[in-house]
Amino acid sequence: MSNSIKEKNPRIITSPEYKHSDFEVRSLDTHCVNASEKEVPLWYNLKYMAAGILFGAVLVKSEVISWFRIQEMFRLESFHMYGVIGTAVVVGAISVFLIKKLKIKTIRGEEIDFQDKKYNKGQVIGGLIFGLGWAITGACPGPLFAQLGTGATVVAVTILSAIAGTWVYGKLRDKLPN
Amino acid sequence: MLELIKQPWHWSVAGAVIGLMVPLLLILGNKHFGISANLRHICAACFPGNIPFFKYEWKKEVWNLFFAAGIIIGGFVAAHYLHDPAQVKVAPALAADLAAVGIDDHTELIPSQLFNWDNLLTIKGLVFFVVGGFLVGFGTRYAGGCTSGHAISGLANLQGPSLVATISFMVGGFISANLIVPFLLKL
Repeated sequence: MSNSIKEKNPRIITSPEYKHSDFEVRSLDTHCVNASEKEVPLWYNLKYMAAGILFGAVLVKSEVISWFRIQEMFRLESFHMYGVIGTAVVVGAISVFLIKKLKIKTIRGEEIDFQDKKYNKGQVIGGLIFGLGWAITGACPGPLFAQLGTGATVVAVTILSAIAGTWVYGKLRDKLPN
Repeated sequence: MLELIKQPWHWSVAGAVIGLMVPLLLILGNKHFGISANLRHICAACFPGNIPFFKYEWKKEVWNLFFAAGIIIGGFVAAHYLHDPAQVKVAPALAADLAAVGIDDHTELIPSQLFNWDNLLTIKGLVFFVVGGFLVGFGTRYAGGCTSGHAISGLANLQGPSLVATISFMVGGFISANLIVPFLLKL
């Protein structure tokens, strides 16, 4: 990264200070929150692909990818999605509690760190915008990828459009209320 | 056993496995469960322009793109090897409303009468694929995460901002599904 970019944009921080920089800078944008200090070969990421395969299969078999289920959720016609998300939050929260309590480390012996998110207007404005889109597409980003995998190839258009939406957000970011 | 797996899974089983993604990714490598960030990584990798928001070391986040690729493969595996031939159960009120606009095929989880290539170049297709997708991409990044990053990962870590985001997602969804989608389906 060139210095000129860095000067213009103090939010951008290059490693190694990256890891220890202000979390807000990184977490607001959800990038490099996860940056590991250790360099690993690319194939090492296959374990995440394996986790993704499990996740994708569950999304399909539990009908979370179903456009019908999402409509039913928002029309209060089915408990299914509330059950899925509610159970996931409880299981996730117990897991996070245990990881913190027992100081569990990663399989490679690294500390697991948690950082607090900061409040901003985007959580409300962006959240509402995402909600509007979620009910139309019947899928949030995870299920969009799973839908594509099931053979609903036209969803590729939805994903490309979501990428475009992200790009436009990045372009307009400084002009939007934060 | 395989027959049992092929049936639609109960919400508690699905919720538990999805919830376990949070500790699984943390223990595998201190990674925080969140999928919409991939949309940003793709921007950063493919067309960063000269936009500061996309000028970062996306390669450090490549694990998440592997995760997303896994989701596509998982979707393929579930659809082709664990397929349930039964009709998708749809709530009667929804089924009736959809039938009124010509969507009465319940063989797939994603209604093929709406989500097909022939619809792409119609007003309906433009709205359901292009506009819908755009709102998802723009909104999730503006909110700093989606259902996985805020509603599951964030709430699991008891984050207030994630609760605000999750409530906003739901409010947007309620408005959309009840007031906007019924109108869009008539297009």
